[in-house]
Amino acid sequence: MHFNLSEEQAMLQASTARFIDQQYSFEVREKDVRLPEGFNRDTWATFAELGWLSVPISEAGGGFGGNAADTMVLMEELGKGLVASPYIPTVMLFGSLVDIGAPEALKHSLLEPLIAGQLQGAFAYQERQSRYNLADIKTAATREGEGYVLNGEKALVMNGAAADRLVVAARTSGEQFDTAGISLFVIDANATGVHKTAYRLMDGQLAANIRFENLSVTSDQLLGDEGDGYSLIEKVVNSTVLALCAEALGIMNKLTDITQEYTKARKQFGAPISSFQVLQHRMVDMFMACEQSRSLLYRTVCSVGTSDADRSLHALKYMIGRNGRMVGNEAIQLHGGMGITDELEVGHYVKRLMVINTLFGDADHHQQKLAQISLPT
Amino acid sequence: MDISFSDEEVAFRDQVRDFFKQAPVAEVTALIAQPDTYKEGTVRWQKHLFAQGWIAPTWPIEHGGAGWTPTQMHIFETERVAASAPDVLPFGLKMVGPVIYTYGTEQQKQRFLPRILASDDWWCQGYSEPGAGSDLASLKTRAELDGDHYVVNGSKTWTTGAHHADWIFCLVRTSTEGRPQQGISFLLIDMTSPGVTVRPIPTINGEHSLNEVFFDNVRVPVENRIGDENKGWTYAKSLLAHERTVIARVADSKRRLEKLRQYALKETEGGQVMAQDPVFRSRFSDIEAELMALEYTGLRVLAAQASGQGPGAESSLLKIKGTEVQQAIHELTIDLAGPYGGIINDSLTSGDIGHEFGDQARKDYMYGRATTIYGGSNEIQKNITAKHVLGL
Ligand SMILES: Cc1cc2nc3c(=O)[nH]c(=O)nc-3n(C[C@H](O)[C@H](O)[C@H](O)COP(=O)(O)OP(=O)(O)OC[C@H]3O[C@@H](n4cnc5c(N)ncnc54)[C@H](O)[C@@H]3O)c2cc1C
Repeated sequence: MHFNLSEEQAMLQASTARFIDQQYSFEVREKDVRLPEGFNRDTWATFAELGWLSVPISEAGGGFGGNAADTMVLMEELGKGLVASPYIPTVMLFGSLVDIGAPEALKHSLLEPLIAGQLQGAFAYQERQSRYNLADIKTAATREGEGYVLNGEKALVMNGAAADRLVVAARTSGEQFDTAGISLFVIDANATGVHKTAYRLMDGQLAANIRFENLSVTSDQLLGDEGDGYSLIEKVVNSTVLALCAEALGIMNKLTDITQEYTKARKQFGAPISSFQVLQHRMVDMFMACEQSRSLLYRTVCSVGTSDADRSLHALKYMIGRNGRMVGNEAIQLHGGMGITDELEVGHYVKRLMVINTLFGDADHHQQKLAQISLPT
Repeated sequence: MDISFSDEEVAFRDQVRDFFKQAPVAEVTALIAQPDTYKEGTVRWQKHLFAQGWIAPTWPIEHGGAGWTPTQMHIFETERVAASAPDVLPFGLKMVGPVIYTYGTEQQKQRFLPRILASDDWWCQGYSEPGAGSDLASLKTRAELDGDHYVVNGSKTWTTGAHHADWIFCLVRTSTEGRPQQGISFLLIDMTSPGVTVRPIPTINGEHSLNEVFFDNVRVPVENRIGDENKGWTYAKSLLAHERTVIARVADSKRRLEKLRQYALKETEGGQVMAQDPVFRSRFSDIEAELMALEYTGLRVLAAQASGQGPGAESSLLKIKGTEVQQAIHELTIDLAGPYGGIINDSLTSGDIGHEFGDQARKDYMYGRATTIYGGSNEIQKNITAKHVLGL
């Protein structure tokens, strides 16, 4: 038993860290998020060159065929660097759904340009009323002739503004909250009948509400079997949650580090504020929160495919949400007034952490999911 | 052990309630909510209170206040919050005003107090400096005597509203001898004086309220000094306790919690309202119990004040708990907004993006982190409580 990285993983980690160190300062990031799409296409091209866009895509899909640990390594580093990119929506969500669900021809026609950095994707799953319930879908795909007609609205679609293609979760049968009867379709995001309203999230990234008005789709745009989309969603969401938790851990560690550095440099009452015991204890708490989160992350990675997988994943997202909030709040508090400014990186890390908490269920949501496994009602 | 109101107090409450019912609350709130009309709305609201004679309820009547009892003050606050009416800005009315009428000369009182009451001058507070935050007494901005003027050099930071201000009240160093507290003076500085510049500091909620203020050979008439030279610390300290009771904002938290309760009756997941969600219920009632207690802590402080004891060390307790409750409400509100807790509803989209309070919850959460930092951070309040209340 060991928790070491493989040689390849160590290389991936080093190359990501090097990229951030040499090309992705906080100033660059601040410029990038102000771009109309919330990220820089040139940076994205670099991602492609470095091979990062293929990491979780299967070998059959033309990718690297990486496992959960590979994704974890990459995402943790991207978190440390606060890298603004559509990696989650384009690769982890759209890419993986296509990878596991699309017929061969469609799969290759989408994943090749995706891995080359030339295609942006998004996954339109939630709706205004859904909150964290992935099955709460009213958007309807009605059979018409050989194909379907899509009507409804999706909300908070990450990367919805820049995406060329979307995977849309729509109901082909069943009632609003049923897991059965959900189907996934790949559509052209710029087709007539697709209306977008874009807006920013607090991490600088763009999301969009996307409305479908009598949009015709054909059967060969279907991912997986009709009505069976939920199982694909669950699978992809689980690996995405793990990736997001790794990113969050990178952020938490970074916040803990910069807080320690700041308090060592900041003097009040004639001494570095890091010398005040009450602040030392708080930083020890931050450190322990990171370490416990890391342990749970490793446990979750090791449990993929075992009977402990769901329980670990819920515990992880719960702990990352709760500990992430604590670490974020403490980082701001220990920076004093500096923590409240937008000129310092602290607040920006905290905001990304807060967005991650709202993706695919927050701490409270996963706490209850965990309890439902151990204490079923 | 009796908190019932006397007949006069009941009559007073009805009068206040009636006043708020007829006041232009919605209008000024809308103005205050927009950055470009924020100042206009604030001044309009304060002038409305001034016209009623209620702009400075706790000031002594001789200085233009209403001379209310703490109970009347409590009634007013409760009614104000129930009517969702804006609070007044503290800097002139709750901070420098009381210092001027307590320690100022007759001439200073006549010159400044009427304009503070009428909101003709906008004041800001120039205490903190880049090197002097929690350790305020280490401040370095210098004021050197040159004939009948002080020449001021240095900078202040985190100055709320300096970009709107006509005047700033400052703590400045006039002596480097003895303990640092002994060389500080209290100066009133005209913001239009040559040599004063203001730089905005953007905050994490994306808005502009904070600034840096630079003083480059700014000439300030000696007559703008409050009280004696090198005694400024004593004057400022007497005011800090007031600032802390203000920051507790108990009535405001009650309103926010009630709002949160209403949101929770509408927000759903899986067809069930969040008010029925066990984790939500547990977190909500945690806050509720703290706030119910805090309301009475506030009343106990008021009662002590009524019997002639000024707010002392117990104001620290109010500040700590008050801000903790505020932050807990912010956290639960943004969590209730769920996936909408991260949205920014700005000029990029004017359309309806699907949520009533997510954008505001985000702003409140982010800016609300400051409540445990300003007015003396909560760590400093605990130090004070340990030393002066517990005698440790
Ligand atoms: C939104 C906002 C508005 C403000 N408005 C004004 C204003 O209008 N006018 C004005 O003059 N100032 C204003 N301030 C400044 C405020 O008073 C200071 O931020 C505050 O005093 C803390 O100082 P600091 O920021 O330098 O933090 P520091 O003093 O550097 O503190 C950093 C951290 O160390 C902790 N710490 C420091 N010393 C100790 C100790 N001895 N023991 C334990 N912990 C300690 C603090 O609690 C904090 O967590 C404002 C601040 C904010 C955030």
